[in-house]
Amino acid sequence: MKKILLMGNPNVGKSVIFSRLTGVHVVASNYPGTTVGYTRGTMKLAEGMAEVVDVPGTYTLDPTCKAEEVAVEMCGDGDLIINVVDATNLERNLNLTLQLLKKNTPVVVALNLWDEAGHIGITIDEKKLEKLLGVPVVPTVAVTGEGILELVRHLSQARPGNLEYADGERWQEIGRIVEQVQQVTHRHHTFLERLGDATIHPWSGTPIALIILAATFFIIRTVGEGLIGFLFDPLFEKLWAPLMIRLSALLGSSGALHDILIGRLTDGHIDFVESLGLLTTGIYVPLAMVLPYVFAFYLMLSLLEDSGYLPRLAILMDTLMHRIGLHGLAIVPMMLALGCNVPGTLATRILETRKERFISITLMAICVPCAAQLAMIVGLLGQAGWWGIPALFGILLMVWISLGLLLNRLVPGESPEIFVEIPPYRVPYLSGLFKKMWMRIRGFLQEAVPFVILGVLAVNVLYTLGIIDLLGRLTEPIITGILGLPRDAVGALIVGFMRKDVAVGMLAPLDLAAGQLVIAGVVLTMYFPCVATFVVMTRELGVRDMLLAMAIMVIASLSVGGLLHLILF
Amino acid sequence: MSEQRLTVLKSGMSGTVVSIDGGALLIKRLDALGIRPGVHITKRSSQLLRGPVTIAVGNSQVAIGHGMAKRILLNTGHR
Repeated sequence: MKKILLMGNPNVGKSVIFSRLTGVHVVASNYPGTTVGYTRGTMKLAEGMAEVVDVPGTYTLDPTCKAEEVAVEMCGDGDLIINVVDATNLERNLNLTLQLLKKNTPVVVALNLWDEAGHIGITIDEKKLEKLLGVPVVPTVAVTGEGILELVRHLSQARPGNLEYADGERWQEIGRIVEQVQQVTHRHHTFLERLGDATIHPWSGTPIALIILAATFFIIRTVGEGLIGFLFDPLFEKLWAPLMIRLSALLGSSGALHDILIGRLTDGHIDFVESLGLLTTGIYVPLAMVLPYVFAFYLMLSLLEDSGYLPRLAILMDTLMHRIGLHGLAIVPMMLALGCNVPGTLATRILETRKERFISITLMAICVPCAAQLAMIVGLLGQAGWWGIPALFGILLMVWISLGLLLNRLVPGESPEIFVEIPPYRVPYLSGLFKKMWMRIRGFLQEAVPFVILGVLAVNVLYTLGIIDLLGRLTEPIITGILGLPRDAVGALIVGFMRKDVAVGMLAPLDLAAGQLVIAGVVLTMYFPCVATFVVMTRELGVRDMLLAMAIMVIASLSVGGLLHLILF
Repeated sequence: MSEQRLTVLKSGMSGTVVSIDGGALLIKRLDALGIRPGVHITKRSSQLLRGPVTIAVGNSQVAIGHGMAKRILLNTGHR
């Protein structure tokens, strides 16, 4: 099968073109380095099927970092290269193009962001460019699909470049080409550009960042609560509960099958959090408690990503992040981890050194709760008092900073400086944004829901067999002695290995005081990642570093939990 | 003619890169983003406490750590 590579500078829209060509949807955002691994898909050509590879972005074929090395390695085994070029930045993008043209592989150039180039007063004579480069050049607007058919049609005309230039003369050659094909008309600064400047100046940028983050939290909370209160709760209470009551009666109100499917009834009613049946708690927790917040979180994250704000936040945070051995861009995996630690862990690949990756993954595993866990904690703590949620966030933030300071001292190695292109602000393209949200939510439904149901089943079995009771008695010195929780809380810690949201739900019947809920929430976040995250983290860190990270997790969670116990009681 | 390091330059001012006072890897990394001798760049902002410097080069913006930024020497064309 013919192999087609999509290559180009970071953040020029390769992933969007990939989705257009193959119908395979991959996450695309407005910052460099969204694609850390590579994705494969297939497309139909006149002469049969072809494999398409979405290669991570690179500025040059002379690699300067690991992510670029991957791209350069892959470049060798393609039969055809679609070189995606950012039309708003022709000169810098041609640097890679000219290097690709020396490769003897047929090339087609997609002149992407064609519309944006027009808006900012850049016109490019694509016919002349085609003549100068000696390969087909097709203007495209990937987000709307404009020019994609044209691009596909031109694939058959791809050919190796015939441009002759000496290696040391590349920039001069580029200068000559750009001079002939590009015209720039002067124009006034747009609102988005002025906003861009305001958000990276420390004096104006810091308050803006605080406002944006506060607004983000507020909107997530409002949308999440709104969906639960006005949609999911009524649906479950009015429609699902009567059905379950009827099924319960049908099953004879007791027995093993009844307890597994429906769980325990409370005074003839179904308490969806506490009953622990597969059809009650097993469905209610992921759909009615977690999904609304997952939806709200990904809505806001996608907006922040596609607008181009995240790299600016990275710059503002850079100085602080250096204190904990990272640089500003590490804020991106941390934000992703607030949705789910798995993509968060994968995103740490944008960091280069072992030290940075160890610190970021360890801090993430210990201090960053995922949306599913947070949704449940908010559900529980919200009733216990207004201060519970800010206290939990405050404690985790303090641990994140102090543990980071410590790890920066102790972990050997280097923490390089930030060096990143800042994309222009863009108004998010809605259909792309919703597609991305749908992909992430579908991922949650496919991967989380079965695990939640499995988790609920496991809890049921463990209770019935008396294992939780036994472990509770064995671990009482730790659970009660150090953390000040009732010994039944051990059940939550066991289930937390499988799903943190189910684990938090298990705290509901324990009648914990607000302070105990805070301790339990903090410890559940810190002590160990869930199994899905654990697997990915081990793969990324290697066994040795993961063992080290796990030791830190256990020590940190016990000491912080014990300290909180002393302070709060 | 006056030469200044990028870190010393005031935000909003611009200059032409004269030289990059660093190793081959630094020169290569900067070159890949189009920052090389002879190129005109404008400083857009700098963060407090030796934080990163943001510059405009061509039609793109790049954030550069303080240690790298101070190795970029500019000709600002006036004293």
